[in-house]
Amino acid sequence: MNIFVCIKQVPDTETKITPNGDGSYIETSSIKWIMNPYDEFAVEQALLTKAANSGSTVTVVRVGGVKDTEALRTALAMGADDAILVESGDNLDSYMTAKALKGAIEKSGNTPDVIYTGKQAIDDDCLQVPQLLAQMLGLPSVSVVVECSEEGGKFTLKREVEGGALEVYDVSSPAVIACNKGLNTPRYASLPGIMKAKRKPLAQHSLSDVGVADSDARVKYSNFQLPPEKPAGKSFDAMDEGNQASVVSEVVKLLREEAKVI
Amino acid sequence: MISFELSTEQKEIHEMAMKFAKNEMMPKAMEYDEKAEMPMSILQKAWELGLVNTCIPAEYGGAGFTTQDAMIITEALAYGCLGMNTAIMANDLALLPIVIGGSEDQKKKFLTPFTESYKIAAFCLTEPGNGSDAAGIKTTIKEDGEDFIVNGNKMWITNAGYADLFVVYGTYDASLKHKGITAIVIDGKAAGIELGEKENKMGHRCSDTRAVTFNNVRVPKENILGNVGEGWKIAMKTLNHSRPMVASSAVGGAQCAMDHAVKYAGERIQFGVPLAKHQAIQMMIADMGIEIEAARLLVQKAAWYLDQDKPNPEVSSYSKAKAADMFMDVASDAVQIFGGYGYSKEYPVEKIMRDAKLIQIYEGTSQIQRLVIAKEIFSRS
Ligand SMILES: Cc1cc2nc3c(=O)[nH]c(=O)nc-3n(C[C@H](O)[C@H](O)[C@H](O)COP(=O)(O)OP(=O)(O)OC[C@H]3O[C@@H](n4cnc5c(N)ncnc54)[C@H](O)[C@@H]3O)c2cc1C
Repeated sequence: MNIFVCIKQVPDTETKITPNGDGSYIETSSIKWIMNPYDEFAVEQALLTKAANSGSTVTVVRVGGVKDTEALRTALAMGADDAILVESGDNLDSYMTAKALKGAIEKSGNTPDVIYTGKQAIDDDCLQVPQLLAQMLGLPSVSVVVECSEEGGKFTLKREVEGGALEVYDVSSPAVIACNKGLNTPRYASLPGIMKAKRKPLAQHSLSDVGVADSDARVKYSNFQLPPEKPAGKSFDAMDEGNQASVVSEVVKLLREEAKVI
Repeated sequence: MISFELSTEQKEIHEMAMKFAKNEMMPKAMEYDEKAEMPMSILQKAWELGLVNTCIPAEYGGAGFTTQDAMIITEALAYGCLGMNTAIMANDLALLPIVIGGSEDQKKKFLTPFTESYKIAAFCLTEPGNGSDAAGIKTTIKEDGEDFIVNGNKMWITNAGYADLFVVYGTYDASLKHKGITAIVIDGKAAGIELGEKENKMGHRCSDTRAVTFNNVRVPKENILGNVGEGWKIAMKTLNHSRPMVASSAVGGAQCAMDHAVKYAGERIQFGVPLAKHQAIQMMIADMGIEIEAARLLVQKAAWYLDQDKPNPEVSSYSKAKAADMFMDVASDAVQIFGGYGYSKEYPVEKIMRDAKLIQIYEGTSQIQRLVIAKEIFSRS
């Protein structure tokens, strides 16, 4: 099987985010990058699929900046066979990203049997790339997948829907499968894996190499701002027994009228 | 040129080892400390990920780490749990004499199995009557036909209860003093090995420490490391490597204590402001930062000498003495910053302070490091 995994590099969840000078994106100079956590489930599922289908290869594809290549190296250290990097800015819109991924996969010369992705990236939370990519490639796609089994190119996928119910899909290969938390437990990159990763092939392309032009942009980013600071909480003193009844009715009134939560 | 920048690969190694320390070791550290039980499943997992036996060269199935790499791994594992790290590090302490003094055949025979499955090794130097004065060894290694016969008592042996292999120091002829000391590899299942009870320790409680008695243990001649009488040289070369490693574990433990203290100082309000706003607390935290970084740099320098194949016992001892004493101070101050809560097992710094004390004792006490250092200094004057 030709297994592809699309991964995004996102700021570490502990990063302090600040808008950049012209407000067109965030300041990236001092960011520590990590693999998008949902993509770890995708890499793990790809490695499990590979283990169950001898002779398979896992290719990881990433579109983004080249200064740090953390996410791709992590995927290779976890056990992916090779990597493709499409060089771009870090804030490509979903359409351009999907188009670049499509171009990179086609350029590899290998026809995908399955493409795994995370269900969303935790930085911009757009939740669009897997579906756009599937549409562009003319493939079926299932997202928010929490269970995945495969037998002879037929996938049985369970996806979460509102209220905790599960939908079950039977999908034949090739397909795009967008993974959710709970699907599996991503393995650690082992130390020998880390040592081996640097000898694995990493192909590098520009956006134009994979058929993407500036005119493909569908979204213009401007005016990045921090959310307004939360106002300080109110505190109420109910230590004095005589006050308690009036404090409680005051709090209930505020919760209903001001906070509008009850 | 000097560079303090880790390579990309070293950064990845550090990140991976820290992830393991935080996700697998830290959450279980207190539980195994209380139970005083070897965390076998965690140790097994660490081995599977390549975090154990970092001293084994690539020729014998190891990952081919530099000493610098090994220090990075040790610092991270000690951040997760000093006791678990001791169980891991004792393997290196026991395998290093084979790496350093073993023949080609011995390395293949004894080291390679450690790369094929998780096995445990123990280093037996200390005796009930000989700790700091290690050369006063009483254990005997006597020739008997095709074999050697080992007799004697060893004390404070880490990993003893689980050991697949012991590296034992004994004397061939006590009248020869240092020159009679011989190192021998003994199979864990050899007849005549008696284990004492597991010691009930202050810290590093999950690690397994026992007395071991060798009663007429018969060992084939090919298990002698180097030649008869070369054991002391091998032991000293081993300590050159293992002391910076122990120092690195102190740096990791101290960093963990400091990180807890910084976080707590930001949260705990006294006199209307977080502790971190009180200058006296800021001074303590700043000193922690200074001392930890100074010790870390000494570890890196000692490791650099080893990677250059220019072992420097003086700098190895600098790193061990500095890091051990620094760790004790940092751990004590971390408890101080936590106040009464720091004295409770509910908070992690209590365990770290108990764990810190051992670093000033094993692999040469802080006093013995200074003796080594002074001897080197005066030998030049
Ligand atoms: C938990 C634990 C694990 C251990 N693991 C191992 C192991 O795996 N293998 C192994 O071989 N050993 C091991 N040891 C033993 C350890 O290395 C010794 O305890 C240590 O070397 C000190 O020896 P001692 O305990 O006999 O103390 P002593 O040598 O009796 O020293 C007592 C005190 O006197 C001081 N002192 C001694 N001589 C001098 C001097 N000349 N000048 C100034 N001060 C001096 C010492 O610094 C110390 O403060 C372990 C010990 C512990 C506690």
